[in-house]
Amino acid sequence: MTFFFAYSEQYHIVPIASLLHLAPWIPVVGLEIHAQISSNSKLFSGSQVQFAAPPNSLVSFFDASLPGTLPVLNRRCVEAAVMTGLALNCSINKKSLFDRKHYFYADLPAGYQITQQRVPIAVNGSLSYSLCIDNKMSQMVTKTVRIKQIQLEQDSGKSLHDDTRCQTLVDLNRAGVGLMEVVMEPDMCCGEEAAAAVRELQLILQTLGSSQAVMAEGQLRVDANVSVHHPGEPYGVRTEVKNINSIRFLAKAVDYEIQRQIEELENGGTILNETRAFDSKLGCTVPMRDKEGKQDYRFMPEPNLPPLILYDTKSLPANMNHQQVINIDWIQERLPDLPSVKREKLVEQYGILPEHSFTLLNEDGLAEFFESVVKQTQMKPKKVIGWILNDLLSYLKQHSLTVKESPVSSILLADLLNLLEKKEISSTAAKRVLAELWKGEGKTPLEIVKEQKLELLQDQKELEQICQAVMAIKAGNRKVLNKLIGLVQRKTQGRSNPVLVKQLLEKKLSE
Amino acid sequence: FLNFFFFFFVRIDGFVQQKVSVEVLDHLEHLALVDFRDSEGVERLQKAIQFADQLQEVNTDGVEPMDSVLEDRCLYLREDDVTEGNCTKELLENAREKLEEYFVAPPGNIPLPKLEERETFLQGS
Repeated sequence: MTFFFAYSEQYHIVPIASLLHLAPWIPVVGLEIHAQISSNSKLFSGSQVQFAAPPNSLVSFFDASLPGTLPVLNRRCVEAAVMTGLALNCSINKKSLFDRKHYFYADLPAGYQITQQRVPIAVNGSLSYSLCIDNKMSQMVTKTVRIKQIQLEQDSGKSLHDDTRCQTLVDLNRAGVGLMEVVMEPDMCCGEEAAAAVRELQLILQTLGSSQAVMAEGQLRVDANVSVHHPGEPYGVRTEVKNINSIRFLAKAVDYEIQRQIEELENGGTILNETRAFDSKLGCTVPMRDKEGKQDYRFMPEPNLPPLILYDTKSLPANMNHQQVINIDWIQERLPDLPSVKREKLVEQYGILPEHSFTLLNEDGLAEFFESVVKQTQMKPKKVIGWILNDLLSYLKQHSLTVKESPVSSILLADLLNLLEKKEISSTAAKRVLAELWKGEGKTPLEIVKEQKLELLQDQKELEQICQAVMAIKAGNRKVLNKLIGLVQRKTQGRSNPVLVKQLLEKKLSE
Repeated sequence: FLNFFFFFFVRIDGFVQQKVSVEVLDHLEHLALVDFRDSEGVERLQKAIQFADQLQEVNTDGVEPMDSVLEDRCLYLREDDVTEGNCTKELLENAREKLEEYFVAPPGNIPLPKLEERETFLQGS
């Protein structure tokens, strides 16, 4: 039998023969996402929340778990969780409870984490996200993943492993910071879907302001649960993949793990219910050394906190202190436009394509830049979008700049597009002006046009003259040759050698 | 709901008094880093379970479980202001070992050795 091979997405060579003999595999991917709440102080204490501060400077006695301290719930954290729950179409539990989850680790001084295991603050929601089919931006499908629940919980401190001196350094600045854990049902099937879902969640959180969700700063952490099974059979054993530091790595880690499990099973092996870490350098998952078998968290109710009661307009108590009451309806009314709504509005208002709206929202500040340019120019938005997405964005990407760092402001670009729209310059000339503007030397588009003599009108007049001259010469009028030499002189700003030019012209004309 | 009870409880059905098995005792020692030390310690545990089992005598049909006497209290909500922190020196005074304002801890968890490998009277049971 001859063996034929195919390339799968990750350029793994897969023997087609094996694909034909074995039943297809269905990968199942579920995500647990921890988003750090954007607040001034921590979930249960008044110490500050800040990235990169001197070690152990943002730690209160409660955060250090000193005896005699008690948790006091931060109102802002509850509001952030309610906003997020509402944005994700969840039912908000008007009564939710806090629990203790016990495990030993140096960065968890209390020996337990306060979380919401029995009755979390929000349940049963959904998140819609879009994917491009076949890597073509022109075809997008919308998918939905169910949100099982959102719970409030404490973050742990940070451990810095010093392997040379065989010790761990502990910084408790992060201990006690508020987290929202968003649990997604295993409705996804590959790395691309997981990445798209997380990206959309990130945009939603940033729009709400409930979390800044910057993965690089640990404000958004994703753990993936992956398993594979044959259609019709029960779900396979799942592994948990941790240590994923970016959305790109999330897709890679999930896809690698799916492949690894398939290969393992096809070779007659088994999958262990274990926790694995993603190694970004090697692009693979490896078993995590520090896990001591299955953990027993011994959940128990948090005895120091009564149930968290939330209200809506109907159930609002009459004689309670305003500050002590959280009204779900009040929060719902003040939710900003979510990314999906913003995209629809952009498409409707400006007549751009849906995939354009995705790109606009995907880049921080780009949509605002676009709208600013549109306001300041007569050029139609449908034409402006091309300049934004093709010229501006590609330049920014090439130089790893954010929209905020763009040397070309929306005013400058609008000025340039106005020149183009008024037909004072050609499209090619406009691109040359833009290239000059990138240098950020403070010149206006008009100044550059004048400097480089890119005015279209001049070009047109000269073009007419040259065309007339050529037609005249073709008709036999050799006196026009001098006129041509004159034109060349002007074009070269007097720098050309007239004798040489005459020779070249005569040669060209006799061809 | 198996995970959900105080760590030193073991579910016993009805009033049948089962001896706490060696496996469970070993498991408890791993989890809670409690050292039962000798047969007297284990006996004390048995008596504690027996004592708590008296709760089973109460008929709780149709009664909602209470997990806190605070259940009717209002959960106080604090304003999101920075009011604490900046006491690095004080906190580090409690540290046995420190390095430049970090607490020093052993590298990762050192799990209790397996039953066969440690010196405990539980081995003989």
